[in-house]
Amino acid sequence: MSHFIDRRLNGRNKSAVNRGRFIRRYKSQLKRLVADAVGRRSITDMDSGEKVGIPSKDVSEPVFHHSQGGTREMVHPGNKEFLPGDRIERPEGDGGSGSGQGSASESGQGEDDFVFELSREEFMDLLFDDLELPNLVRNQLIGTTELKPVRAGFTTDGAPSAIDVVRSLKGAIARRTALGAPHRARIRELEEEIDVLLTVGVDEDDARILDMREEIDRLETRLSALPFIDTFDLRYQAFAQRPEPTSKAVMLCIMDVSGSMDRIRKNLAKRFFILLYLFLKRNYKKIDVVFVRHHTIAQEVDEQEFFYSRETGGTVVSSALNLAYDLLRERYDSNVWNIYCAQASDGDNWDSDSTICREILNEKLMPLMRYYAYVEITPRQHQSLWLAYQEVKALHPNFAMQEIADAQDIYPVFRELFKRQEA
Amino acid sequence: MTDRLISDSSEWSFSLLERFDTEIARIAQGVYALDTYANQIEVISSEQMIDAYSSVGLPINYHHWSFGKQFVAMEQTYRRGQMGLAYEIVINSDPCIAYLMEENSLPMQALVIAHACYGHNSFFKGNYLFRTWTNADAIIDYLVFARKYIAECEERYGEEEVELLLDSCHALMNHGVDRYKRPAPLTMAEEQKRQEEREAYLQSQINDLWRTLPISTEEACNNGQERWPDEPQENLLYFIEKNAPLLDHWQREVVRIVRKIGQYFYPQRQTQVMNEGWATFWHYTLLNHLYDEGLVCDGFMIEFLQSHTNVVMQPPFDAPHYHGINPYALGFSMMRDIRRICEEPTEEDHYWFPDIAGRNWLQVLDFAMRNFKDESFIAQYLSPRLMRELHLFAIRDDDREDTLEITAIHEEAGYRTLRQALADQYNLGNREPNVQVFNVDRRGDRSLTLRHFQHNRRPLGETTEEMLRHIRHLWGFTTRLESLDEQGRVQLVGEC
Repeated sequence: MSHFIDRRLNGRNKSAVNRGRFIRRYKSQLKRLVADAVGRRSITDMDSGEKVGIPSKDVSEPVFHHSQGGTREMVHPGNKEFLPGDRIERPEGDGGSGSGQGSASESGQGEDDFVFELSREEFMDLLFDDLELPNLVRNQLIGTTELKPVRAGFTTDGAPSAIDVVRSLKGAIARRTALGAPHRARIRELEEEIDVLLTVGVDEDDARILDMREEIDRLETRLSALPFIDTFDLRYQAFAQRPEPTSKAVMLCIMDVSGSMDRIRKNLAKRFFILLYLFLKRNYKKIDVVFVRHHTIAQEVDEQEFFYSRETGGTVVSSALNLAYDLLRERYDSNVWNIYCAQASDGDNWDSDSTICREILNEKLMPLMRYYAYVEITPRQHQSLWLAYQEVKALHPNFAMQEIADAQDIYPVFRELFKRQEA
Repeated sequence: MTDRLISDSSEWSFSLLERFDTEIARIAQGVYALDTYANQIEVISSEQMIDAYSSVGLPINYHHWSFGKQFVAMEQTYRRGQMGLAYEIVINSDPCIAYLMEENSLPMQALVIAHACYGHNSFFKGNYLFRTWTNADAIIDYLVFARKYIAECEERYGEEEVELLLDSCHALMNHGVDRYKRPAPLTMAEEQKRQEEREAYLQSQINDLWRTLPISTEEACNNGQERWPDEPQENLLYFIEKNAPLLDHWQREVVRIVRKIGQYFYPQRQTQVMNEGWATFWHYTLLNHLYDEGLVCDGFMIEFLQSHTNVVMQPPFDAPHYHGINPYALGFSMMRDIRRICEEPTEEDHYWFPDIAGRNWLQVLDFAMRNFKDESFIAQYLSPRLMRELHLFAIRDDDREDTLEITAIHEEAGYRTLRQALADQYNLGNREPNVQVFNVDRRGDRSLTLRHFQHNRRPLGETTEEMLRHIRHLWGFTTRLESLDEQGRVQLVGEC
């Protein structure tokens, strides 16, 4: 009368919708947590989810319940030495053994966090949420590397569209040669014999010669019956799925660290660099990231210093561009490496330096670049650097620049880059 | 003897499960006369178990973020290995659906079959609370209806809107039962048919209620001494569903759905000790019977007993992992104790339980299962001997005094006090604050006044303000909450 059902093959993700709703509900909190996490993490370490905690107070669902106070009588097991009428001290705090039973949600006070793990997809979603990434781009970034079919020799089976004509015909010739070989050898043999007989003066109508001619005819018919091409000869191109691509890229991050770049701007810049990094990550197997910071002089630093140390002083952008050029020449041959550069600055520069920057970019750097993205994080009027860069932009389609007031302005810088990839 | 063995492997297979089920059913029905619904036993993976768990154990439910939260929490603790999953989930429906997890070994599966499919199942079918409050043959249909209805509402009125409404309803889920009336049975077809009629009719009624208002005058306001409703109403959700002035018909229907589902869980909240005790008692008895018949081997029993003892473990109050009284332990001990009283009564038992000592234990247990809930079950059957075994003691915490007082221990003078104290502890009325609809200012600003009837001077917790916001959201007008203490003084707790 019992009925057994195997449900293991049914969907597992019945709760996906509810999970999604939970995350949507706490989106603003989660976004803050994700932003914090991004601050803590290195640019190259964006490939995992994140453990986040929301105060349990915020996620609890209220019900009417009693609080401490009044009189209550509780029964507990395990009495050892108590006698009726004994008086004992009230246990400290919430009462280790005190609040035994009762609904579990009562313990929801306290500062405990409701901790759980965001998956990588959810993490990225929240990270990109205000960047206004088009969905397609978002999916590209979040998604795992796509598999590209690559040639993997030939097979004897496949779709008609994948027939390799040359290969198939070569095979056909070989087959015809091989199958016809004994017949042709025999024909040659017979003809030689006929020649011999004719030279010794045997009559053309001699029965032996006639027999041999007949055999030659028969053999020739058989030769001509060999099919020109047979299904047996067909060869198809074989494709294997291989993750794309395999080449290498280097990403140069250049940032102004003069006093005016405060924490908030640096965080914006970081998002900007992350976006480029993620884009590259999707396209290249090996990525080097080089950090160059500058005020009046430029320095190659590690990521920690790049984002978190603070310098003061004037700003000479060309110093960074020169250093970048030197680094590239030394370490990254543009024939082997795809070179991308992202620069963030508040736009301050020595006036006379801006033309120098333009020259360096036009003459030296841009020819090496796959893409150069510049963001200016400034609330003020543009200065000479912006104007100089506009001239660069006019000359080079792979140069993008944008003024950033907040995070959603970042994506347009890369629009061109992503668009080309979509095509 | 050994050739009767069902299997000595710990790997399960469907044929072995069926074999076990057949044997257990034979014993449960033939030897112990357990009356059960038909069983539908579903084998699922651990992820599916987490899924099932997080929608409050229902096989199908509407979507809501709180279930997502539950899911996230479960997944987290499970993955960290902080908690094993429950071995089973069983649903009070006809046929009774029970889930087995594929990861379990054969002895565990047999345990679950005995526990859920014959223990819980017979309890669902027999206990008066379940018979009164739930309709096993209709619940799945109703859930299907609810899910569809709420999905439609989301489409029509927006997820956000529905979510806010559900939040407010969930907050009042425990206040959706009219304890003194038997609810009408639900079936899907009827429900759907009636729902439309209800929509139109109800809406007209609500309007009617307010339409009769004369233009409010000073006089009318002042001498509006008579309250409405005449009697305080404890079923807050029902009251809101029927009387909230501004709710749309679909909102009323959603309130109703939450109320009905809350009502479905109402018996479970009141029979935890009995239900688990009963199921544990029967898996213990049934599997031991299998062993006695030589159907299972020693290894099987060792594994079974290991998890059984884990389940019924009761740490003393001063142990670090003490979390109150374990309902499995208490229930199981009481069931066993009743059997003992029937089979081997002592002098003491004859004095305390003259009507059951020495009687047929099967009949006594069956009667107990059918006609009690935790509170009354404990008040009726907790024996002095068990109190001694468990070393129970009662302790009183009065905030007017600096120290706690031990009021009773497991000795002759304390048995009755102790038993009453433990029974009270399971009285839903004491556990949950008693909040009722007290008055609606029909002639004035339509404000709703709730009254909290204090018990032992216990105040309401810190969620009260938020609760008021939820109720206000449903009611649509000012909502206030008063507290009535035992001296009859009324105090305003909050207004929203």
